Amino acid sequence: MDAFTTHTGRAVPLRRSNVDTDQIIPAVWLKQVSRTGFEKGLFAAWREDPSFVLNDPAYEGASILVSGPDFGTGSSREHAVWALQQYGFRVVIASRFGDIFRNNSTKMGLLPVVLPEDVVKRLQDAAEADPKTEITVDLVERQVRSGDLVASFEIDDYTRWRLLEGLDDIGLTLRHADAIEEYENGRQPWLPTTV
Amino acid sequence: MGRTLAEKVWEQHVVRRAEGEPDLLYIDLHLIHEVTSPQAFDGLRMAGRTVRRPELTIATEDHNVPTVLGPISDPVSRTQVETLRKNAAEFGIRLHPMGDAGQGVVHIIGPQFGLTQPGMTIVCGDSHTSTHGAFGAIAFGIGTSEVEHVLATQTLPAYRPKTMAIEVKGELPVGVTAKDLILAIIAKIGTGGGQGHIVEYRGEAVRKLSMEGRMTVCNMSIEAGARAGLIAPDETTFEYLRGRPHAPSGEDWDRAVDYWKTLRTDDDAVFDKVVEIDAATLTPFVTWGTNPGQGAPLGSAVPSPEQFADPVERSAAERALEYMGLTAGTPLRDIQVDTVFVGSCTNGRIEDLRAAAEILRGRKVVTRTLIVPGSMGVKKAAEEEGLHEVFKAAGAEWREAGCSMCLGMNPDTLKPGERSASTSNRNFEGRQGKGGRTHLVSPQVAAATAVTGRLTAPADL
Ligand code: SF4
Repeated sequence: MDAFTTHTGRAVPLRRSNVDTDQIIPAVWLKQVSRTGFEKGLFAAWREDPSFVLNDPAYEGASILVSGPDFGTGSSREHAVWALQQYGFRVVIASRFGDIFRNNSTKMGLLPVVLPEDVVKRLQDAAEADPKTEITVDLVERQVRSGDLVASFEIDDYTRWRLLEGLDDIGLTLRHADAIEEYENGRQPWLPTTV
Repeated sequence: MGRTLAEKVWEQHVVRRAEGEPDLLYIDLHLIHEVTSPQAFDGLRMAGRTVRRPELTIATEDHNVPTVLGPISDPVSRTQVETLRKNAAEFGIRLHPMGDAGQGVVHIIGPQFGLTQPGMTIVCGDSHTSTHGAFGAIAFGIGTSEVEHVLATQTLPAYRPKTMAIEVKGELPVGVTAKDLILAIIAKIGTGGGQGHIVEYRGEAVRKLSMEGRMTVCNMSIEAGARAGLIAPDETTFEYLRGRPHAPSGEDWDRAVDYWKTLRTDDDAVFDKVVEIDAATLTPFVTWGTNPGQGAPLGSAVPSPEQFADPVERSAAERALEYMGLTAGTPLRDIQVDTVFVGSCTNGRIEDLRAAAEILRGRKVVTRTLIVPGSMGVKKAAEEEGLHEVFKAAGAEWREAGCSMCLGMNPDTLKPGERSASTSNRNFEGRQGKGGRTHLVSPQVAAATAVTGRLTAPADL
């Protein structure tokens, strides 16, 4: 996973709520067995509409998605995170996220930032008024800054540390192999196995 | 202070706890399927890691499989299924491939084999893993990075979610099903209502549900945004499990039941959030929009966006009506459908098929009607009871097991603009095929709708 400390970029205002992961990447795109090439499937159905915001050349190269509430609900497909990252997004800002999507994001180094709905609206308004508006997302200070707007966001210390260091979860867990083994020795004998 | 069921099961699985870190949680059962696992196995190979406990892992082919006999014609789907076969063989994981008697939708086969038991932790790279919570297990969906993590370590780092009680008071009226109940719950609390929580479904109406009904309810916990949903195990649970291939037997059974009986929320336990639902007021429930929270009683009409005070909900409703091609004020019973789908991990079990057959017996369908058993085991049971003959006589299609029309990954899809009454769990835009329009319903309403071609309750026939 790539480390995330601070990122400054332009933003795409996505004025929709309940952006489920079936919209972020439709199921037909999930048939791939590789981890690459998902940017083409990002919002595939919506992108067929020429007026969809991602089709506006003014937002080309933007790296921060600012969405309505309940972003990433529904299916657990991590492909949604891959698609956003491969398209070029480093951050998604919304007032609420689907739990699994948020988890998947932090495993991959895509930063989900929770801000109050009125702040999200202000950022959307700013990006709409001037697509060149830059937003800085500072994980060190847990802050989002744009023009005279400064907003703090919450993220737990552990996840923040992992993102700042770009650490692989599995490697961290394997440091506790002894504890896992000890736990396994105490498991109830009736628990099922698949063999 | 007492503890909730979810807290008890969680505590039982903590491998390591440290200040300022998520708990390291042991995983008792890991279910995998072809869609969310290939990149996880690749990750293992790249890092030179192995599967720590292949015997706590089971794989099935479900999302991509066609539900008519024969090979997979789409080469991309076929590659994905073949990749799972290769990975299962390489890492020593039991797999139920297409055509195998044990094959089926991942959340149907776990309970069917007796692998899903009270007090366990169960994960799968699939959000409907919450289904298994019906047995009093903590079961939740994970992404592919976490699939890799569980394969490599049999654990997951996670913060314990908050707890939420959904108290269903009173009894469900005759003709009102588990599906109607969960759709009504989601409409009440919203698609984000359960975010960050494990929901425990409680109350008389829940206790009276069969295991299959409980699975339908827990299955859709994710549609309310919940991390997981569960129900305390009781005699209904034990009876369902007794004698299943992987259930404990002999002395182990007695010891297991003694333990399972302790798996209930203490009387003095406190939930972080409590929601009450009055079961007695419920009627058959259907969705009209493009998220599972956009539902209403079948007897009502398509709502007008102005009815929603919240501006976000209002604009979501406007968009949904446009996508669904519906006009506010239209009675839901007047909505015509092209296709009826009975199946999925929500309603693809034997009781669901029995319920549909009861309505279709001696009647004819007027729409394209797909009846898809959730597993080959369910298919066999249904055929032993002769249900397939009932479906065929009614003019419905009787298929092989798979996810089928629950999602547009296999040949069973809607065409753009087509409308379905579906017993699945998601009415998202394009979920059943690009441009398809989905109304979520119970198996009973699905069957009655197939007979009239309009959204219909059995009582209307
Ligand atoms: S039946 Fe539908 S919800 Fe269930 S696992 Fe298959 S695709 Fe997912």
